[in-house]
Amino acid sequence: MMIKINNSGPIDRVLFYILVPAFLINLYLIFVWSPVEKVMGDVQKIFYFHVGSAWVAFLAFCVVGFYSVLTLIKPKMERFIYAGISAEIGVLFTTLALLTGMIWGRASWNTWWTWEPRLITTLILWFIYVAYLFVRKMEGSWEKIAKLSSVFGIIGVINVPIVFMATRWWNTKLHPVVFGEGKDQTGGGMEPEMLATMFFSIFTITVLYVFLLRKGAQIEKMREVIKKAKTNIINKIAS
Amino acid sequence: MTYLLMGYSVIFALIAGYMMILGKRQKQIEKEIKQLEEWNQEI
Repeated sequence: MMIKINNSGPIDRVLFYILVPAFLINLYLIFVWSPVEKVMGDVQKIFYFHVGSAWVAFLAFCVVGFYSVLTLIKPKMERFIYAGISAEIGVLFTTLALLTGMIWGRASWNTWWTWEPRLITTLILWFIYVAYLFVRKMEGSWEKIAKLSSVFGIIGVINVPIVFMATRWWNTKLHPVVFGEGKDQTGGGMEPEMLATMFFSIFTITVLYVFLLRKGAQIEKMREVIKKAKTNIINKIAS
Repeated sequence: MTYLLMGYSVIFALIAGYMMILGKRQKQIEKEIKQLEEWNQEI
């Protein structure tokens, strides 16, 4: 990849060195170690990244919500930057969750899309944060944009628990409940190997999220420093 | 098997795509830093 690791701090390096083996171990767990599901077959293995992506999307939007509240209280460039990068990553992983869900749905339900509560609420969540990213691109003073986009960020985060609870509240049989199902409240009748692989996938994608968030924020902070330096030089030339 | 391949292709393509976007942004920043250094020398 084009991201230069030698420009990063020690935390980024540690994250990078955790991420690479974790990704490889994760692929081994998914394709070799975890058993093949009896009814759905190989296609069920999409599940591990599908759930991981959805989890990281929720986490990313909660981070957006957190920084949006802070921005509304007192706008600071750093808060604005972290909220923006987290929203980008959240949209990326929501897109992944939607697309992998569609592919999985085609294989197991014989349809690419169905108007089911979990899917509808996830799509709404995706639209809210795409709108949020567009608002951030608007022209004008950054403080005004930061406040306006924060409102979108908070509206979006309200939707996160609705997406999570959709299958429970509307009790649809189509989308399975994964967490908090069964006698021991661990999962919807999954084998222990499947459950372990799922949690490892969630861990790996969470590390990827933190790595991308830090990297993206560093670049944006640098952009702000350059903007200020350019203004200073222009002022110098003008005077 | 086709759907599984399709699923993981989408996953890696999108993640790689976003990393490339970040890489592009970083390159742009490096370019601007060079430009700033040139401006500074001229001043």
